[in-house]
Amino acid sequence: MSDLIATRNLTRVLPETVPVTLVEEITLSIGKNEFVAITGPSGSGKSSLLYLLGLLDRPTGGELAVGGQDAGSMSERERARTRLAMIGFVFQFHFLLPEFSALDNVELPMRKLASLSRPQMRERAAEILSSLGLAEHMKKRPDQLSGGQRQRVALARALANDPPLVLADEPTGSLDSASSEQVFSILEAMVRERGKTVVAVTHDVDMANRMDRRLHLIDGRLANAEATA
Amino acid sequence: MPLILDIAFTHIAGRARQTVVAVIGVAVGVGFSIAMAALMQGGQDDFVEQLIDTMPHVQITDERRSAARQPAEQIYQAVEISGLRPRDDRRGIINPTAATAWLDAWVPGTFSATLRAQGVMRYRSREASASIIGVEPEDERAVSPIVGEFVRGSFDALASGGNNVVIGDRMAERLGAKFGDTITAVSSTGLTRSFRIVGLFHTGTTARDEGEAYMLLKDAQILAERPNIINDVTVKLRNPYASPAVARRIEAELGYKAVSWQEANEGIMEAFIVRNIIMYTVVAAIMVVAGFGIFNIISTITHEKARDIAIMKSLGFGQGDMQRMFVIEAVAIGGAGAAFGWLLGFGLTYALASIRFELDAGGQEITELPIAWSVLHYLIASAFALGSAAVAGYLPARRAARLNPVDIIRGAT
Repeated sequence: MSDLIATRNLTRVLPETVPVTLVEEITLSIGKNEFVAITGPSGSGKSSLLYLLGLLDRPTGGELAVGGQDAGSMSERERARTRLAMIGFVFQFHFLLPEFSALDNVELPMRKLASLSRPQMRERAAEILSSLGLAEHMKKRPDQLSGGQRQRVALARALANDPPLVLADEPTGSLDSASSEQVFSILEAMVRERGKTVVAVTHDVDMANRMDRRLHLIDGRLANAEATA
Repeated sequence: MPLILDIAFTHIAGRARQTVVAVIGVAVGVGFSIAMAALMQGGQDDFVEQLIDTMPHVQITDERRSAARQPAEQIYQAVEISGLRPRDDRRGIINPTAATAWLDAWVPGTFSATLRAQGVMRYRSREASASIIGVEPEDERAVSPIVGEFVRGSFDALASGGNNVVIGDRMAERLGAKFGDTITAVSSTGLTRSFRIVGLFHTGTTARDEGEAYMLLKDAQILAERPNIINDVTVKLRNPYASPAVARRIEAELGYKAVSWQEANEGIMEAFIVRNIIMYTVVAAIMVVAGFGIFNIISTITHEKARDIAIMKSLGFGQGDMQRMFVIEAVAIGGAGAAFGWLLGFGLTYALASIRFELDAGGQEITELPIAWSVLHYLIASAFALGSAAVAGYLPARRAARLNPVDIIRGAT
């Protein structure tokens, strides 16, 4: 079986005068169609691990393979390319481009990838937004949308290039409970219905418990003997 | 890539006021550069044109570049011979008939062979020293603009008989002589003859109006006691810019000093080069200042849009994309500025060209500023503008493109 993500002794140290260890010797593998929670107290390195897995940050030690490819040997350009095609990101803050409509924001990664024609992109973006219940809000700009709606647009953008892997950093962290529930069910549907792998950082215990697998971090180290539901 | 363009333009549009200021900065710079270049080039062209019109294109004199050795020095290989009384050379161009025939055969233009001698003009006990120039009127009229500058009488009247002279109006004033009077010419050898004034000219150059007297070549040769001698050939070429080559060939063949108008005015030509260097330095300085405006706005945008940069990088946009985006923004501002600058420059140049003023230097003339219209000025000014815009955009763009998205994403939450 080919793992989507495989790490060995993955370590990230900030090279300050007193070096700060963010993530230490993490060895794990995540397969296709998994729903994984990364939990742990604040400062335990949850987000740092996620950024490493998403090729946003470079490890200072250990090995990382994404989609069977060794990330350590990739150039900056290849890493960007891999993010574009294989990884969708969602953050706590929506990070939508404020000048563009929801539709345009979702099209953004497609236009960079440029594997579809413009009308096809538009059609696909509209389709994804509609499936997330945003059919009436497609032409609106982020400042005309509610927090939950914005986060759903961000989810749609993560799905734009149909990546096998979606990484979410506290996706519900700044939302009320109703919106949180909505976002969670979308993430869940990505796994159950679209066959994606979702790795989400969360400190919401209930939410983590509803996911298939939990990785608990303490002080940058993997703490639990993995509990699988 | 249109996507990058799309985003770049929303950035600019989001900073409309600052953008307008930056565009105006560039436009003013480009506009004034163009107007200044038009004026400076115009002045230069005007001056050169006047030089070409009034100066001989090539002037051949009976001098040599280096003094001829005396016969004694040629015969005896002595280190130095002192107390030698040098032989008087027979001055003038040797074998003038052959020389003029040779010139006639190939020089692409016209020439006039003259005798120049020093002398004194005398009238009623008043005296004025004069350059006496003996000419063949038909030849001279083809090479010298003096024909058109007569206030009284004409150049052609010289040919109507012996012992006629035309002098400058200022010389006439000094002598107290009038048109039609008979004045006495005294040569340096002491010979005296009488001439009738058949023309008065006014060139505007005081030295000439005060000091030149034209007469028939024959008369001059008799007065100077140098029969059949010429010592000065003035050449006017169809293409004035061929002068240096023609001068070189003449000098190589005849051995006499032949000076092109460029050589004769070397100092002025050099001054023009210096002037152009100064002008383009000023243009560059203006553009650097305009570049600061662009640098400022792009810096502001990169700071303001740090989140956008971070998210786009996390989505899979590369450093190159980000860098290109901000450089495009800068060049777009520079380009818009250059376009408006063209309009402004055109307007300014047009306004300068339509200014009329009276220049009170001797003759009352209505004059206008000399203006050169040249596409080159527009191209140079906009090239400077775009270049400085690209640099002004590149610097903050490079920094922004290198931002680590992780830092910003962490900071934002």
